[in-house]
Amino acid sequence: MKTEQKEHILDILDKGSRFDGRKFDEMRPVEVTYDISPNAEGSALVKIGNTEVMAGVKMSIEQPYPDTPENGNLSVNVELLPLSNPSFEPGPPSIDAIELARVIDRGIRESGCIDVKSLCIEPGKKVWTVFVDVCSINDDGNLKDAASLAAIAAIKNARFPEVVDGEVNYKKKTDKSVPLNGVPIEVTIVKLGNHFLVDPCPEEENVAEARLTLASLEDGTLCALQKGGQQPLTTEQIDKMIELSVTKAAELRSKL
Amino acid sequence: MSSEIIAKEKDIVVPGEVLAVGMDFLPSNGTYRNGDKIMASTVGLVNIKGKVIKLIPLRGKYNPKVGDTVIGKVSDILFSGWKVDIGCTNDAVLPLQEASSDYIQRGADLTMYFDLGDYITCKITNVTSQKLIDISANGPGLRKLGTGRLMNVSCNKVPRIIGKQGSMVNTIKEHTGSKIIVGQNGVVWVKNEDPVKELLTAQAIKMIEDNAHTPGLTDKVTSFLSR
Repeated sequence: MKTEQKEHILDILDKGSRFDGRKFDEMRPVEVTYDISPNAEGSALVKIGNTEVMAGVKMSIEQPYPDTPENGNLSVNVELLPLSNPSFEPGPPSIDAIELARVIDRGIRESGCIDVKSLCIEPGKKVWTVFVDVCSINDDGNLKDAASLAAIAAIKNARFPEVVDGEVNYKKKTDKSVPLNGVPIEVTIVKLGNHFLVDPCPEEENVAEARLTLASLEDGTLCALQKGGQQPLTTEQIDKMIELSVTKAAELRSKL
Repeated sequence: MSSEIIAKEKDIVVPGEVLAVGMDFLPSNGTYRNGDKIMASTVGLVNIKGKVIKLIPLRGKYNPKVGDTVIGKVSDILFSGWKVDIGCTNDAVLPLQEASSDYIQRGADLTMYFDLGDYITCKITNVTSQKLIDISANGPGLRKLGTGRLMNVSCNKVPRIIGKQGSMVNTIKEHTGSKIIVGQNGVVWVKNEDPVKELLTAQAIKMIEDNAHTPGLTDKVTSFLSR
């Protein structure tokens, strides 16, 4: 059926419409809610259409890695909960969950948006580690964009907990937020036939020939890429996708 | 011994609720007899017709009935037929002789007729007490479905989508010019050359599913479609 389903979706695209009636470069309504969890240092809930993703930030004081004694650490974990999609299974993280976590991690890490030097308390002994946990609540397509938006929103929302005599008091938050140099936004572009689509719905995602996730900063600097899908992409196609993703990233950034 | 009905018509009941006491009444779909009581086995609306008490389930998996036309997905190819997923607890079996009106040679490549993942409209020919289901794809209107939009709706809402003698589905067909096939198992196939009209058709079906319990549904659908 996959081929017939694809034929049908391609036919709709060739007639200038999309499976759910949107324009090719039109996103579903995006909604960001902050402070959804009082126990986390920072949290956010992102809705793109019916897709819902929750992210939380916890911070703790840990020993730095020996090769980077003056740098704080970032750790991103994604859980695709079985309640969000019938095909998600409980148990150890699936390949998709690991990929998603790595893509989000790369977008934040390689953009250099978190000033890791400022997370250092005592070189070689004590640094802050930022844990970002992302949970899918409902998967109605385009989990990648929603998850990365939720992750960066939660980091923006995070406040350092109080430290008393080297012990962290999680009950009380300070006014200090995580120092950010920019806001990387990830946008996934899907290729189907000769068309490039943003914010794919599940039907389009299932039959996509190729997808490219691009993280970009305010000034259009690309900081991370992830290619998926069966078909190769030409440089012209990638150029087109970059252009589209940067404009869409600006749109998403305004929702934060 | 005296008999009395405890539940009223159109009451919503939960499993284990006593609907009637006494031997004068007969349990039907969704109910069972326990001693001299008739009890509910699903969540549903009570429907009393003379002496027969039955429940109209509010949700739940499709319960196969002989003679139902359903839309299924080929899930496995066997030596002498196909396994078809029709949304029941068990897969249905489509035997070789029921697949097509032409003669199929022994050892022929069965994927030529139906391949894995194909959607077909078929009729249920037999359901055993163990819920083993036999289906047939040989009959008027039964075929492999081509390209089109597939939707899953709750099988309990299918009667509302079809309407009295197909009135609802005919209203949608008239307004949009779409081709619609509704399977009793809640799978709906929609096709229209115009993607905008196809989407409108799908939205109308979704609307019927969401508002299945409200009165005046045909008027609502008509006004939605002529907007």
